[in-house]
Amino acid sequence: MAWTRDQMAARAARELRDGFYVNLGIGIPTLVGNHVAPGIDVTLQSENGMLGLGPFPTEAEVDPDIINAGKQTITELDRTSYVSSADSFGMIRGGHIDLSILGAMQVSDAGDLANWMVPGKMVKGPGGAMDLVAGVKQIIVVMEHVAKDGAPKFRRACELPLTGQNVVDMLITDLAVFARPDRASPFALIELAPGVSENEVRAKTEAVYRMKAAR
Amino acid sequence: MAVISSADFRKGKRLPQRIFDSASEALAGLLHDGMTIAAGGFGLCGIPETLIAAIRDSGVRQLTVISNNAGVDGFGLGLLLANGQVRQMISSYVGENKEFERQYLSGELELEFNPQGTLAERMRAGGAGIAGFYTRTGVGTLIAEGKEERLFRGERFILETGLTADLAIVKAFRGDPYGNLVYRKTARNFNPMAASCGRVTVAEVEEMVPAGTIDPDHVHTPGIFVQRMIAAASNEKRIEQRTLQAAA
Repeated sequence: MAWTRDQMAARAARELRDGFYVNLGIGIPTLVGNHVAPGIDVTLQSENGMLGLGPFPTEAEVDPDIINAGKQTITELDRTSYVSSADSFGMIRGGHIDLSILGAMQVSDAGDLANWMVPGKMVKGPGGAMDLVAGVKQIIVVMEHVAKDGAPKFRRACELPLTGQNVVDMLITDLAVFARPDRASPFALIELAPGVSENEVRAKTEAVYRMKAAR
Repeated sequence: MAVISSADFRKGKRLPQRIFDSASEALAGLLHDGMTIAAGGFGLCGIPETLIAAIRDSGVRQLTVISNNAGVDGFGLGLLLANGQVRQMISSYVGENKEFERQYLSGELELEFNPQGTLAERMRAGGAGIAGFYTRTGVGTLIAEGKEERLFRGERFILETGLTADLAIVKAFRGDPYGNLVYRKTARNFNPMAASCGRVTVAEVEEMVPAGTIDPDHVHTPGIFVQRMIAAASNEKRIEQRTLQAAA
């Protein structure tokens, strides 16, 4: 059984470490916040200018002046600070954020990421994704293993315009987890979703990767 | 805290005449076709609603607008787009606006995409007299095309330039007669950089407060960056994604 979106988020949450400052992208990455393990304390950052994001509000708590980068209403915590967008991206670009978890359209085996535009379609813009991959210490991508038409999304090279070159450290799909110890190393398959075979992953992957014994 | 009207300030002697009674008065003499306007706000959060409406009513055209987003249909900068007043947007993310999409795809509207942090820093730099800066953001992507690339400590960086505007419009939570501004929560976003990069900056504030009310240690934008101000007539603060906790 392939992992569901929620299970992919839960798998990504296992990479959180106590004390981390973390930026979560829109979509599946946002769900990661629901799966933080007991005993792990992380501080979530939102690039519009908030450090220390709380949970979504109750109806009574809704404040239009408190939103996350996905423009969703959110709440503050006793640790929260607000900054300008310039200072917020200073945290990001300056290497002060430990981990960012992002969605993707394509990832290459060299760690290139494409997640912002499809030529010929209306382009919404890069938002903060290019800044995040350029500055955050560790980048985890969470995405479906294949596109809707069945095409592999983990590829030799990204066909779509890049968000960043050699920026992905770990890739979590609905079928498997790939990781590498540093950005000079190739990716290794380190984990399979329950009931998914190595052969299935191989058949649905264009990228070159190594095999590694399960941790 | 007492909220007082602009008339109260006018009575005071030697107070700077920054405060205007309406958005149209505050913008008088500042608008011309083909100008560049920087606007604060992220999505619909912290946008200068009152001033945008007044610019719509002024009919000024061929605008270049520097703003992270382009509003939504019928609200925010979407009002200027719907009225055909915008020639170019300099933005990072514009996905929430059908009229924007129509004008862009038909070629009526130009669009310059910037990574969000690069846009914020370009505005900050422009306001601080910095002509350009090197950033890793966008290296090896379409954003880097035509830009100088340089190695620092063996890492690749691209040159981005500072941005200034003929006019900046910002929204603040509180303002005093000296133009000192305080923003509220994530409504701060791009407002401080917008305020600094305008050759003239007009601020609309939710609350006008007397001089001395704002703790000097808590001023976000000092009055030197704010030439004109009004009490906001519109504080609708429309929410784009009202997201609630799942009921227990």
